[in-house]
Amino acid sequence: MKITFEWLKDHLNTNLKEDKLLEQLTNIGLEVENVENSNQGFDLFKVAKILKSEKHPNADRLKVCDVDIGEKDLKKVVCGASNAREGLITIYAPPGAVIPKNKVKLVVAKIRGVTSNGMLCSESELNLSDASEGIAELSSLKYQKSIGKSYFPKSNSNIIDLSITPNRPDCLGVRGIARDLVASGFGKLKEVKEKKNKSTLKQSIKVKINKEKIQGCSAFGSCLITNVNNTESPKWLKDKLISIGEKPISAIVDITNYVMFDINRPLHAYDADKIEKGIIVRNSKPGEEFTALDKKKYKLQNNMCVISDNKGVLGLGGIIGGTRSGTEFDTKNVFLEAAHFDPRSIRSTAKKLNIDTDAKFRNERGIDPLSIEDGLKRAASLIKEICGGEISKIDIQKVETYKNKIIKFDTDLFEKISGFKISYKVMRRILEDLGFKIKKDKKYLKLTIPSWRPDILQEIDIVEELVRISGYDKIKILKPIKERIKSTLTQSQKLFHFLQRAVASKGYLEVITWSFTDTNYNNHFKGENKEIKIVNPISSDLGVLRNSVFSNLSMYLSKNLDRGFKDLSIFEIGPIFKGSNPGEQSTVACGLSAGKKNRLSWIDNERNIDVFDVKKDVIQTLVEAGYSSDKFFIDNKTPNYYHPGKSGRLFLNKSKDEVAAYFGEIHPNILRKIDIKTESLVGFEIFLDNLNLPKKALKDQKKNFLVSDYQKSERDFAFIVDKNLSSQDLINVISSTDQNLIRNVKVFDVYEGDNIPENKKSIAISVTIQSLEKTLNDSDLEKINKLIIETVENKTGAKIRS
Amino acid sequence: MSDLKKIKDEFSIKLKEKLDISEINEIKSKLFGKNGLISSQFKKIGSITENERKKFASDLNIIKDELQNLIDLKINEIQNTEINKRLEKEKIDITLPERNFVRGKIHPVSQTIDEISSIFSEIGFSVEEGPDVENEYNNFTALNTPDNHPARDMHDTFYLDEKKEKLLRTHTSPVQVRTMLKDKPPFKIIAPGRTYRSDSDQTHSPMFHQVEGLHIDKNINMGHLKGCLDYFIKEFFEVDKIKMRFRPSHFPFTEPSAEVDIGYEMKNGKIVIGDGDQWLEILGCGMVHPNVLKNVKVDPLKYQGYAFGIGIDRLAMLKYGINDLRAFFECDYRWLNHFGFDPLDVPTNYRGLSR
Repeated sequence: MKITFEWLKDHLNTNLKEDKLLEQLTNIGLEVENVENSNQGFDLFKVAKILKSEKHPNADRLKVCDVDIGEKDLKKVVCGASNAREGLITIYAPPGAVIPKNKVKLVVAKIRGVTSNGMLCSESELNLSDASEGIAELSSLKYQKSIGKSYFPKSNSNIIDLSITPNRPDCLGVRGIARDLVASGFGKLKEVKEKKNKSTLKQSIKVKINKEKIQGCSAFGSCLITNVNNTESPKWLKDKLISIGEKPISAIVDITNYVMFDINRPLHAYDADKIEKGIIVRNSKPGEEFTALDKKKYKLQNNMCVISDNKGVLGLGGIIGGTRSGTEFDTKNVFLEAAHFDPRSIRSTAKKLNIDTDAKFRNERGIDPLSIEDGLKRAASLIKEICGGEISKIDIQKVETYKNKIIKFDTDLFEKISGFKISYKVMRRILEDLGFKIKKDKKYLKLTIPSWRPDILQEIDIVEELVRISGYDKIKILKPIKERIKSTLTQSQKLFHFLQRAVASKGYLEVITWSFTDTNYNNHFKGENKEIKIVNPISSDLGVLRNSVFSNLSMYLSKNLDRGFKDLSIFEIGPIFKGSNPGEQSTVACGLSAGKKNRLSWIDNERNIDVFDVKKDVIQTLVEAGYSSDKFFIDNKTPNYYHPGKSGRLFLNKSKDEVAAYFGEIHPNILRKIDIKTESLVGFEIFLDNLNLPKKALKDQKKNFLVSDYQKSERDFAFIVDKNLSSQDLINVISSTDQNLIRNVKVFDVYEGDNIPENKKSIAISVTIQSLEKTLNDSDLEKINKLIIETVENKTGAKIRS
Repeated sequence: MSDLKKIKDEFSIKLKEKLDISEINEIKSKLFGKNGLISSQFKKIGSITENERKKFASDLNIIKDELQNLIDLKINEIQNTEINKRLEKEKIDITLPERNFVRGKIHPVSQTIDEISSIFSEIGFSVEEGPDVENEYNNFTALNTPDNHPARDMHDTFYLDEKKEKLLRTHTSPVQVRTMLKDKPPFKIIAPGRTYRSDSDQTHSPMFHQVEGLHIDKNINMGHLKGCLDYFIKEFFEVDKIKMRFRPSHFPFTEPSAEVDIGYEMKNGKIVIGDGDQWLEILGCGMVHPNVLKNVKVDPLKYQGYAFGIGIDRLAMLKYGINDLRAFFECDYRWLNHFGFDPLDVPTNYRGLSR
């Protein structure tokens, strides 16, 4: 909402200055978004007279004019307008001036060999009107003595752009803003002299509001002004509109706009002669069409509130008028409409047709239902004043009569909510200034809510008015109490934070990517999930919710590789989606590692990063988070985006409830398809929701501290086993032969090839044996050795390598 | 001269010469070997007369210790020389680079969330969460924003179905709704998380982060709201004084509502929080609207309180001097290394939030 201090002063008596005004507006909730000096550079545009006009020597359509701008020397200006004739008084813009319409800054320029010092302007170029044919023609009578003076009036008024919240339609009019300012002590509200309408003429166009199941229009006021002479607006009116950045069009349109900006009363002017036998306000029929003032043809659906006549739709009530009945300069008889529309109906129609107009913006927020008559009177009398003609009586058709809301307000509620006190006197003054009518009833106030405040519905809204106008700076600061009743984080939240930092500490950079992704990338990684589309994505390549974090990670990893980085590890911890219902999501810590280890190291051997690197990261992270690796169970069933032979699935224990993590090389086909250029790419996913939370705190989980000081022995074994036998199984078999004595089992070599039969491999294992009770003698050790070999051979079909 | 003295003198001199380890060993066996000079003297003890025996044994022991000592010293000397010789050869260029190491980083938004949680933990808030996909009721209707309310225009919403019933939450406020429906008052929670609006330019990203705050009890008023935010902002920016301005505004789910600005100034192209005459909007807040409390089955006649919503990304930008919001989500390796935090740098109350 744009206003000027000058315009405010039409409603407001105040001695205060503009800087104070700006502060006060923001303080009472009418936030000043921007202040723009409307006058900037406008004083450069001067009233000028063409003294001589000759044909340009090198161009048929151009003229070279000598222009008097009130200085000693005449200015030579090249001009293309056909009306640039000797004696014409027009508007001159010097080099340096910025043309309002296209924001182009003028410079001295040679046009076809003739130097032009500035420019003669059309009304359109100055945003004065749409007239772009020829340069502005000023009346010689009025401007003869103004040559050399600024064309635009001197005004120090700035355009103040306010951000009006959707609950305050009353402040979409200058008077509403003035009223709020007055309540806050910023001057006195001026009385508006009521325009008397002494007409006895009947409004002869019949208006009917149809009975509908849902009728979007509850009242329709109208007034007929006959025998007008529609013209350009007088200067004061043009200036007024220009001062807030609006473009004058014609007197009738300008007047309706002026009344709208002044008191937020939208009006619509029809050419009465174009209305076929009366107005019918009704619901649209599906398929009905009309051409709106934005020159677009709209096809209507069921139940949209339209203003129509016998021939069809004239306009969408409260949203936009039609071209068929619009006023023109030759309009003789004007039919003025001021109606009340249901905000919900306005909004739903505008949404369906995708129309956004100023009228819609105002009507969907709620217009003062009691402003119909006042608005019509003001506009009609202005039309008569400017365009002449006769005004009819005002006709108002209603299907509903507005009743003022009444709220019983408990004055104690103010302090209970705000935490500070104001006197009854102050409370009363504020509410009265805002237009409330007050009746005291013991500790309650019976408040009649002003008709222009659709936002005030209950007691709390009254508190808001009182706090807002008193000033938020009156609210005291009550220091918070440092007391914790409940623990800050839940177990699973703690786990989230722990894993986040545990993964990062393995050398991964944490990234945050969007929860949505490119369907092409997502398809590679969605596994068995179904795609979840966003109906209105920000762009087509961000059209689906991610089924896996890998889609975004691989995309951004690739971008970083393209930047020239080679060895990269990134991870994200966040949601992935399984369905489009709330809650169909889970939290995953997902990482990708690319490139080599020890690249260009002078000391260590360079090698590709591999699946055992990422396995280490996963296991170490889980162990650090408090899970026991002794119980982990790993197999090779992984989703199709992993390398089928070089990836694993990890369960926290063998009972195989939920997958705790996947890890492995990313499938080479995917690398090829998304064109990732790296030597090696491995990744992992840890599913936080599948990590069962310990029932006991870590401190209570620990067993008693028990160690053995008896001598420990290490025995090495090499077994020839089936190629498919997992080392995990072998280790488990060995560990379980004697859990009291076997402390540790470690694979130290795996070998296939020479001397080993095909489909077999050799696994070399070191077993640590130690008793809690005694030092084991040779025969004890021999016994356990034998037992290990026997058990392994029996259970796995392995053979000890001799 | 007794034999003993002779042995002592002879070998004391010998052991002062330059010897290598084998020569020493030779001497050692000559003296202390099975039939060594000293060993054979010990064998004599029995045959010596009783009155001389004591002295002889004592002298012999002294000489034995002396010679033994000399040998030990000599061995030590040789070993030292040998080690020193080796050390001289073992000299390396210690300025050669160490083995490669990798360093991970925590994203500034995560760090900021931890800082925020840490601050609110101190004044008794606990952390709640909610899903990213919400239903229309929790995101709007329950929050006093019915359909066809113009306030819905303030949120450009991503929808997941044509009926517009399922959406990506436009703010963290639906967590208020979920929390209050699930538990009984009082409530004192914060809810950090991802939020979504279909808006993208220099200062808007289709996904961003908010933290919701909610405190509902019997007598919580706007003074408590102001106190809580005053505390939070000072703690977060780690300053003693803050210029803070509450400005009336409108949110459908709070009444009265406020937007909060903090004072700042530009110093050397950087924003300095706390002083100066410029204002920066950082959050929206207000007293929870009675309609919202009714919707979640909390009696507004008994309970009241405040709620707030803060842009986390914005806070991170201000505190850590990051100018471009979009960079948060672009995963540029250089940016992550520059603005990221060491994983060991966990924000805590006792040692201050940031290093």
